[in-house]
Amino acid sequence: MAAQSRSIFDPKIIVPAVGDAFKKLNPITMIRNPVMFVTEVGALVTTVEVFASQESKAFTGQISVWLWFTVLFANFAEAMAEGRGKAQANTLRASRTQTTANRVRDNGQTEQVSADQLRKGDVVRIIAGEAIPGDGEIIEGAATVDESAITGESAPVIREAGGDRSSVTGGTRVLSDEIKVRISANPGESFLDRMIGLVEGAKRQKTPNEIALTILLSALTIIFLLVCMTLLPFGKFSGVDFSPTVLIALLVCLIPTTIGGLLSAIGIAGIDRLVQKNVLAMSGRAVEAAGDVDVLLLDKTGTITLGNRQAVEFIPAPGVTAHELADAAQLSSLADETPEGRSIVVLAKQQEGIRGRELTQLSNAEFIPFTAQTRMSGVDLDGQSYRKGAADSVRAYVGGKFSSEIDAAVTAISSKGGTPLVVATKEKALGVIYLKDIVKGGLADRFERFRAMGIKTVMITGDNPLTAAAIAKEAGVDDFLAQATPEDKLAYIRREQTGGRLVAMTGDGTNDAPALAQADVGVAMNTGTQAAKEAGNMVDLDSNPTKLIEVVEIGKQLLMTRGALTTFSIANDVAKYFAIIPAMLLLAFPAIAPLNVMHLASPNSAILSAVIFNAVVIIALIPLALRGVQFRALGADALLRRNLLIYGLGGIIVPFIGIKIIDVIISALHLV
Amino acid sequence: MGILLLITKPLGIYLFQVLDGKNTFLEPVLGPVERFTYRLLRVDPRREQGWKQYTAAMLLFSLVTMVFTYAVLRLQDHLPFHGIIDGLLNKTAITPDLAFNTAASFTTNTNWQAYTGENTMSYFSQMVGLASHNFWSAAVGIAIAAALVRGIARHESGTVGNFWVDLVRIHYYLLLPICIFYAAFLISQGIPQNFKPYDTAQLTEKQTIQVPKTDASNNPVKDTAGNVVLQDQSVETQSIVEGPIASQIAIKMLGTNGGGFVNANAAHPFENPTPLSNFLQMLSIFAIPSALTYYLGRAVKNQKHGWAVWGAMAAIFLVGVITCWKAEADGSPNLYRNGVVQTDGNMEGKEMRFGIFNSALFATITTDASCGAVNSMHDSFTPIGGLVPLFNIQLGEIVFGGVGAGLYGMLIFVILAVFIAGLMVGRTPEYLGKKIQAFEVKMAGLVVLVLTLSILGFAAWAAGANNFGAPDPVTNALTNGTNNNGPHGFSEILYTFSSATGNNGSAFAGIGANTPWYNTTIALATLIGRFFMIVPIMAIAGSLAAKKLVPAGPGSFPVDGWTFIILLIGTVLLIGALNFLPALALGPVVEHFLMYTGKLF
Repeated sequence: MAAQSRSIFDPKIIVPAVGDAFKKLNPITMIRNPVMFVTEVGALVTTVEVFASQESKAFTGQISVWLWFTVLFANFAEAMAEGRGKAQANTLRASRTQTTANRVRDNGQTEQVSADQLRKGDVVRIIAGEAIPGDGEIIEGAATVDESAITGESAPVIREAGGDRSSVTGGTRVLSDEIKVRISANPGESFLDRMIGLVEGAKRQKTPNEIALTILLSALTIIFLLVCMTLLPFGKFSGVDFSPTVLIALLVCLIPTTIGGLLSAIGIAGIDRLVQKNVLAMSGRAVEAAGDVDVLLLDKTGTITLGNRQAVEFIPAPGVTAHELADAAQLSSLADETPEGRSIVVLAKQQEGIRGRELTQLSNAEFIPFTAQTRMSGVDLDGQSYRKGAADSVRAYVGGKFSSEIDAAVTAISSKGGTPLVVATKEKALGVIYLKDIVKGGLADRFERFRAMGIKTVMITGDNPLTAAAIAKEAGVDDFLAQATPEDKLAYIRREQTGGRLVAMTGDGTNDAPALAQADVGVAMNTGTQAAKEAGNMVDLDSNPTKLIEVVEIGKQLLMTRGALTTFSIANDVAKYFAIIPAMLLLAFPAIAPLNVMHLASPNSAILSAVIFNAVVIIALIPLALRGVQFRALGADALLRRNLLIYGLGGIIVPFIGIKIIDVIISALHLV
Repeated sequence: MGILLLITKPLGIYLFQVLDGKNTFLEPVLGPVERFTYRLLRVDPRREQGWKQYTAAMLLFSLVTMVFTYAVLRLQDHLPFHGIIDGLLNKTAITPDLAFNTAASFTTNTNWQAYTGENTMSYFSQMVGLASHNFWSAAVGIAIAAALVRGIARHESGTVGNFWVDLVRIHYYLLLPICIFYAAFLISQGIPQNFKPYDTAQLTEKQTIQVPKTDASNNPVKDTAGNVVLQDQSVETQSIVEGPIASQIAIKMLGTNGGGFVNANAAHPFENPTPLSNFLQMLSIFAIPSALTYYLGRAVKNQKHGWAVWGAMAAIFLVGVITCWKAEADGSPNLYRNGVVQTDGNMEGKEMRFGIFNSALFATITTDASCGAVNSMHDSFTPIGGLVPLFNIQLGEIVFGGVGAGLYGMLIFVILAVFIAGLMVGRTPEYLGKKIQAFEVKMAGLVVLVLTLSILGFAAWAAGANNFGAPDPVTNALTNGTNNNGPHGFSEILYTFSSATGNNGSAFAGIGANTPWYNTTIALATLIGRFFMIVPIMAIAGSLAAKKLVPAGPGSFPVDGWTFIILLIGTVLLIGALNFLPALALGPVVEHFLMYTGKLF
C-alpha cells in the first residue's frame, strides 16, 4: 500500500479535507496555533463590524469573508496533510480484521480466543492460511509469511525461530508451515496500531524545532498586535480615526499567517513522505533529528556493496596456464550454489570459453561442500581432487607451502580489498581467483554530496582493516570501522556523540539493539528482530539499508521547507506595508499619495488586495508545503545563498506583483 | 570610518586581554591596585559565577547605585558645592520625580536629561551623582556583553565569568586610563575643568526679551482675561558656565552615555569647542562598541564573524548618515518656495560651527550608538533627517550601539537571523556550533517584544491619554506637553519613549518632559529597556554556555561573509524595524509628504 505515491490533488483526499477545514474552526483546537487563532478572532470581529459599523458594508463584508478564508485555507492545508495519512491508515486498518487465535495453555492444549484478548507473554500457534493475531517472536518453527499488508511487497518472506528473523507482525499472514509465537504487545500497542496512529497524526506532538518556531511566530504575533492596537491612540493624536476593520486587516496581513497556517501541514507531510518511502518514524522528533545528522554509519554488506562478491580475475601460478586454472576453478565451483561460486563459473566461460558442465554428466564426481571447519569446497573427479578456499586452508591442504608468486598474488588481492580464493589440486596450488566486492553504482557520487553538506559517512564491516580500507576508498566513504563488533559500534557512536555529533545507523540483529538505541536516528530493518525494532526510532519496511540516506534527505527537506516558508512569510510584510499604510492614511493626509508605490486603485481596494493576497498565498503554497522544497545537496553556504535569494528576495518581490494583480482584478470587477 | 576601522583591532585585542583576565601592559602599575580592590570587596577573582548569580550581582549593583544617586540629588542642598562656589545659582533639592527619572536614566546608561544641567545640578551632583554612573553604567554594559560572548564561546560550562571582576577590570584597565588622557586632551582643546563660579560677561549688544511680569510674591501677573502679562526686560549680562566639564565629557562619549554637563550638550562651545574635539568625540562614541565586535571574533575564535557583525553595523550606519545628510542638505522646500535660499541646507537648530554634515553625522552616530549626546537639535531636522535618528534608536541601538549594549543587542538579532534562516540549510539552526532552540528563541523574542511594548505602549499612553501639558497656545489643540501638534508632535512623543527605552537619552527636544508624569514613565521606560533586555540576554548566555559544541564543518551555518551580512541586515530591518513602520508613517513620513504640500507643524 505505502509504496504507491499519491497525487497531491487526489479528490479522495480533497473532498473530506474541505469538510475538516470547517470542523477545525473550533476555537478550542485553534488555540494550539496562536497565529491562526488571532486571525480567527479577527475574522469574527470583522463579521460583527459588518453589521455594527457605519462603513461600507460591501467592503467590511469582503474583508470579513477573506479573513475567514484565510483561516479555512490554513485548516484545509492541515486537513490535506492529515488526509494523506488517513488514507494510508485506512488501508492498514482494513488488514486488521477481527482474527481469532489459538492460544497455547501451560498444559500444552490450545484454546480459541479473540485476538484482542491476547496479552503480552501469551503463546499462540498459527498454521498456514491464518493471520498472525499480534506482534511477537517465533519461539518454535519456521514459516513463509505474506507481509504485503505492511510492506506492500508481495513476495513472501521466511520467518523462523532463533536468529535475526524471528519477529512477526500482527496483521500479516502465514502462507506455509506452522509456528508458535510469543506475543510481545498488548492490543492497541501493536506495531500496526502504532503505525496507524503515526500516519494519521492522531497523537502528533510538536517537534523541538516546531516548538521553537511556534514561539517565534507567537512573539511576532503579539508584537504586531501591539503595533496595531497602539495605532488607535497614535491616530487619534494625529487626527486620524482608524476603523477596527482596517486595523484587523493590517494585523492579519502582518502576522506570519503564511507559515502559521502551513507549519503543521509541513510537519505531517514530512512524516508522510517517509511513509511513502516505506519508512515509519516513531516520532516527528526522529525525522527532525535525521536532518541534523552528522555521521552516517553504513553497513558494508547490502548498503555499500552488493550483498555478494564476484570473481573478476584468474591469476595462474607459474607453469599453469590461465585455461587450466579456470578449468579447475570451474570444476571446484560446480556444486557451489553461492553467488560467488556461480560468478566463478561465469568468469571461466567469459574469459576462457570453458563451457558449463552439467552435474549429471559427471556421474563419478564426488562434491565436497563448504564447511566452517575446512573452509574449502571442491570436487573429487577421476581420482583428481580440486579444491578452492581461503588461502590459509588451502595452504594446509597442499602441505603448508605456496610458491612466492601465489603468496604475492594473495597479498595483492587482499590489499585491494578483494578476497583471494586459492585453487589447488592435492599436489600444488594452481592459482588464485580474485573475488571482488562490488560497490553499488552511484554511491561515491552520493557520498561526495553528503561530504559537501558536512555529513561524514562511515562504513561498518567485519572485514579486516586492509580489505576495509580498500573498499572504503573505492566507495568514497570518509571512514571505516573494520572487524566491527556490536560493542565497537556502540563505542564509536558514543565517541561521536561526545564530540557533539548526531549519528544515524541501520541495524537488524538483536546485538544491534544497543547501538540502535544509542544512535540519534536508528533505522531498524523490518526483517530484523523485535528487539532491534523496539530500539530504533524508525523502521524500514523494505529492509533496505541504503534508505538511511533518503531518510536524512527527507529530514533536511522538512527543516528547509519550514525555514523557507518562514522567511517568505516574514519578507512578505514589506509589500503589505506599502499596500496598507498609505491606504490607511490617504484620507487624512492626501499628500502621502506618492507612498502608494504600487499605484493601487483606491484605499479600500489596496487593503482588500493585501488581505486577499494573504489568504490566497496559503493555498498557493500548499503543494510546496506538502511536497517540500527541492532538496539539493549543497554546502550550507551555497544553500543559504540560494534559498535566501528564492524565499527571501522572492518573498519581498512576489507580493508586490500579487497585490497589484489582485488590485487590477478587483477594481475591474468593481468590488470596492 | 577609516580611523574607526584602524582602532578596532588593537582596541579589540586589548579588550580581549582585559575581559579574559590576561595581563595587559598596565598590569605592573594597576595589578596591585586591582588585587587590593578584590581584597577590599572580598571577591575571589578566580571564582566564576553562573548566569543567575552574575545577573543578580549586576542587578544589585545597579539598584544600590541608583538609590545612591537618587539620594544625592534629593539631598543636593545639604551636600558640598551647591551654590557656594558657582555663586550665581543656588541649587535646591531636586523633586522626587525628576530625581527618580535622572537616577534611573543615568543608571541605565540612558542619560535622558529632563533638567538643564547648568541650572539644576550642583558640581557635586554632576560629579558624584551623575558622572560616576557614566563609568558604572558603561562598565555594566561591557560586562554583560562579555558575559554573553563568553556564553557563546564556552561549551558545557556552568559559568559566564565574575561580575565584580569584570567591573573592576573594565574600570581600571579600560575606562579610567583612557579617560584621563582623553580629558586632558579635551582641556587642551578649551573645555573647562574647574570648580569656579559661573562667569558673567557683559554683552556687547543689549538685548530685550519679554518675560512674564511677576508681583511681589513672585507669582505671574495675569490680566482680566487670565493671560499672563508680559513685560520687557533688558538683558545686559550673560552667565558663562564653568565647572568640571572635561572629565565628564570624556566618559560621556567613551561610555556612550551622552548626558551633557550643560543643556545644549555637545552643541555648547564648552562641551565641544573645536572641529578636532568634535571629530574625536564622534570617534570615541564608536570606539569601544566597534572594538567589541573584534573582541567577539577573537573570543569565539572566528574573527571573520566579528568583522561580519562589524560590516553589518557599518552598512546600516553609512546608509543612515547619507540619508540624514541628504535630507538636511536639501533643506525645506517651503523656504525655497518663499524665496529663501538655503545654500547650506536646513540650518535650523544647528550650530554654525559644525554645519550640515557634521551635524547629520553626529546625529546618526549618537543615535546608532546609544550615546544621546547631541551637537544639534534633532527636533529641528527635516522630517526625513529626523526620521534617521528616530529609526536608529528604534532598531534597538545596535549599530555599534551603546558600550556593550550594542553588541549584545546585535547578537539577539544574530540569533534570530540564524534561527530563521538556519532552518533553510536543512539543520537545526546552529550559531557557532551551538544549537538555537526553543529557550533561546523565547528569550530573544522576549527582548524584541519588550522593546516594542515599552516604546509603543508608553507612546500610546502619552498620545492617547488626556493631555499632560498645556494646550497649544495658538490652536488650543491637545499637545500632551509637546511643542508641536499633529505628526511632528507625535514624532516628539515617539522619539521620547524610543530614546528612553533604547537607553539613548537624546531628545527630539520640543517636549516639556519635566513633569511628574513624563519623568516617571520615561524612567520606567529606561529601566524596562535596560534590565528587561539584560536579563533575557543573560539567560541566553547561561543556556549557550551549558550547550555542547557541534564541530564546524561544511554543513554548519555560515556566520561570516556577504551572505551573512545581508541576512543580518535584513533581519534587523524586518524583525527590528518593521514594527515601528506604521508609527513612523504617522509621524515623520506623513510630515515629510505634508512638507511638500506646504503644511507645517
